Amino acid sequence: MGVGIEVTNLNAWYGTNHTLQDINLPVPANHATALIGPSGCGKSTFVRCLNRMHETNPVARVTGSVRIGDQDIYADASPVEVRRRVGMVFQRPNPFPTMSIYDNVCSGLKLNGFRNRKMLDEVVERSLRQSALWDEVKDDLKKKSGASLSGGQQQRMCIARALAVDPEVLLMDEPASALDPVSTSKIEDLIFELKSQYTIVIVTHNMQQAARVAEKTGFFLNGRLVEFDSTHKIFTNPSDKRTEDYITGRFG
Amino acid sequence: MVPPIPVRENDGAAVEPSTSAGASEIRKFLQSRGNSALADQTFKGLMMLCAFCIFVVVALIVVELILQSQPTLQKFGLPFFFKYNVDPVTKMPLFWDPVNGTFYALPFLYGTLVTSLIALAIAVPLSLGVAIFLTEMCPKFLRGPLAFLTELLAAIPSVVYGLWAVFVLVPLLREHVNPVFMSVFNAPWLVKAFGWTHLFGDDGLFGGVNLGLGMFAAGVVLAIMILPIIASLTREVMTAVPHSQREAALALGATRWETIRIAVLRNARIGIVGSIILGLGRALGETMAVAMVIGNTPQIQMSLLSTGNSMASVIANEFSEATSDLHRSALIEIGLALFLVTIIVNGLARLLVWAVTRGAPARVN
Amino acid sequence: MRTATDHAATALAILATILVVAPLIAIFFYLVYKGASSLNLAFFTQIPKPEGEVGGGMANAIIGSAVILAIASVIGIPIGIGGGIYLAEYGRGTKLANAVRFTADVLNGVPSIVMGIAAYALVVVPMHHFSAFAGGVALGIMMIPTVTRSTEEMLLMVPHAVREAALGLGVPSWRSVLAITLKTASPGVVTGCMLAFARVAGETAPLLFTALGNQFWSVSLNREIAALPLQIYIYAISPYDDQHRLAWAASLVLIVLIVLSVALVRYVAGRGVLKGAS
Repeated sequence: MGVGIEVTNLNAWYGTNHTLQDINLPVPANHATALIGPSGCGKSTFVRCLNRMHETNPVARVTGSVRIGDQDIYADASPVEVRRRVGMVFQRPNPFPTMSIYDNVCSGLKLNGFRNRKMLDEVVERSLRQSALWDEVKDDLKKKSGASLSGGQQQRMCIARALAVDPEVLLMDEPASALDPVSTSKIEDLIFELKSQYTIVIVTHNMQQAARVAEKTGFFLNGRLVEFDSTHKIFTNPSDKRTEDYITGRFG
Repeated sequence: MVPPIPVRENDGAAVEPSTSAGASEIRKFLQSRGNSALADQTFKGLMMLCAFCIFVVVALIVVELILQSQPTLQKFGLPFFFKYNVDPVTKMPLFWDPVNGTFYALPFLYGTLVTSLIALAIAVPLSLGVAIFLTEMCPKFLRGPLAFLTELLAAIPSVVYGLWAVFVLVPLLREHVNPVFMSVFNAPWLVKAFGWTHLFGDDGLFGGVNLGLGMFAAGVVLAIMILPIIASLTREVMTAVPHSQREAALALGATRWETIRIAVLRNARIGIVGSIILGLGRALGETMAVAMVIGNTPQIQMSLLSTGNSMASVIANEFSEATSDLHRSALIEIGLALFLVTIIVNGLARLLVWAVTRGAPARVN
Repeated sequence: MRTATDHAATALAILATILVVAPLIAIFFYLVYKGASSLNLAFFTQIPKPEGEVGGGMANAIIGSAVILAIASVIGIPIGIGGGIYLAEYGRGTKLANAVRFTADVLNGVPSIVMGIAAYALVVVPMHHFSAFAGGVALGIMMIPTVTRSTEEMLLMVPHAVREAALGLGVPSWRSVLAITLKTASPGVVTGCMLAFARVAGETAPLLFTALGNQFWSVSLNREIAALPLQIYIYAISPYDDQHRLAWAASLVLIVLIVLSVALVRYVAGRGVLKGAS
């Protein structure tokens, strides 16, 4: 089951560029939360702070606190431990090019030293079923390279890979932006189904997508969280003028 | 007003539960793995150590060369590189006589310099022509094979070039090439008119005995060996010149040659000089092929047909037979000098090539 | 006038290319022809006959080269790959990495004869005798800069997204570097090592006073040992025709090794290290 996330006074920098300013945001457990905003508004940086990927860039810096469940991920854990609890799906599908589909999906377990063959088989099947890819690939799991799948299939495989380590939170950074409409709708269905089991945070530049999959929506602008409320409220009756301007298409 | 966007409510689609025994076991397993900070630090440290090895190797080379050349450094000092004794009987200069303990390195500096200059004189114009052809005129289907050939020739061992030179090049020079040069340079009217320059006649550039072996042969082998290097590097810097530069020149109505001269050669000139210097660096240190054809005599003669010895070749020829400490130390000191010269030459060349190719698109093979 | 100059320049460039390419091709095929007509079974199975006698082979030199190159690879390849990993994964953009890179290029340009002296001073002098080990050290040191730079280049071709995927799964960085980045780049890294191997396989100068050469059978690391390039050198300057024949044959063996590795490198580089990677 997923856990909630409590973000308090989060600030982030790239070099001297202050990309996130005083973010306070509660992410509810077992729901999908969408983050929208024009490009460069800090929404991607924000999700990358939730699994400490932001700091992999040598010039990046973070202050503030992020509690996932009852753990402050910046104070009580190492990045590696955090990332095992918080799965991430990236903007472009990024399969490991040298690995088969099977190895790609269970790479998170294998590379962390998990050796139980029988259980790996189970995990691969479960994750691929969850990501709705099982039927398409079950016959050549170990024969085909992960990179030989189509873009949409690759992205679903990457979701399966993230699910295989049984994370508590799933972060998705514009997971459908590089995909065609059919694949996009498959991914959206997937998110819709997964959110009963995981806490999902999805960054998107597509407002319809946010409306379709998420219960909560946050609007970012220039590194600040302008408004955070139920998706319904944001899209029908936003309280901030800037949010209204954005979703009615007056800028961004 | 805000347009209505349909908000889909969770219809509670049936999903198989993930909270099976297996799943929680996975979480437990992953939580037990620790943060591996120690392993990460150790690994990073090891990789850094490997990188440091490169510094250590260079430092060790310098230290050992200096230590091992102490005897001659102390006995002869700097004059080691420019003084000489005079033979009391023949009144000829005496540079290098291991039997009697005379060690002055001047003829080897001279041999290295002359052979490298011959090599550059032959290789530079030819490789510039090749590079221009390859970047500006070459049909596409030829480019791959030519680049392959260049790489191949740059990788053939020095000793194989030497073998070829001994059995093919030297006879060829002796029978066909040198006689032509000799008849030109020793033409009576030239000797009469320009004999005072000491370039013509019996004591000129192509005077004396035509053995085939000698400085000229060594220079020609070196030219063949450095040609692929200079040509491929020059091609690289010329390719790095942005296309817009060429178009600008063409738009002004320049012919192809003018475009090459104005847009390409002028923009790439620093890099071209760099690649020539890099070729020079290679020629200075080239050992085996030179040692096999230069003739191995410690003398300084005006004639390019005379035998000589270069810094690298004298080490190759004499080191394993050097019995006295002083002889060995003298050879090591020559090695030290060679090391320093090539470092300076290569460092300079790298800086020049970097200055041009930096910021250029990655090389496509 | 201007068109005339243009034509003249074009003609000169083409002429230069022909002047260069034709003899180079001729040299290459002459080497192959001489070598092929000199090779026979005895070359691979027998050791050298005494001076002046006809026949014999270079079996001891082939084994000797193999021994020396094995030592060189054990020294040069791990250190080289490690250095490359440091440059590509940890040192990106740092001053230290730039210094390492520059030093590697400098080391690459050090004449091989100087490497021989250095190995002589470092190994032969303390051990008081020539040895296969000393030759291996000399060649191993020469492999380091080439392997380092090619490994770095190949690792940098691995897309950043692949590294992020591994980090995002909570894989420890050392594991991610070895099992993901290095493995993805491994075809390129391996061919880089092969090229370095082929280059030092033909080196003679560093062996002259480290491995020294040996007319007899020896595989001991602790004694002087024969090597193909050394043997080519000795036979090339000898007065006997049959030894010249053996020298040509040995050259062909070295050239085949080099052609194979250069072709392999081009094949891998042309095909892309990362077939199918997004």
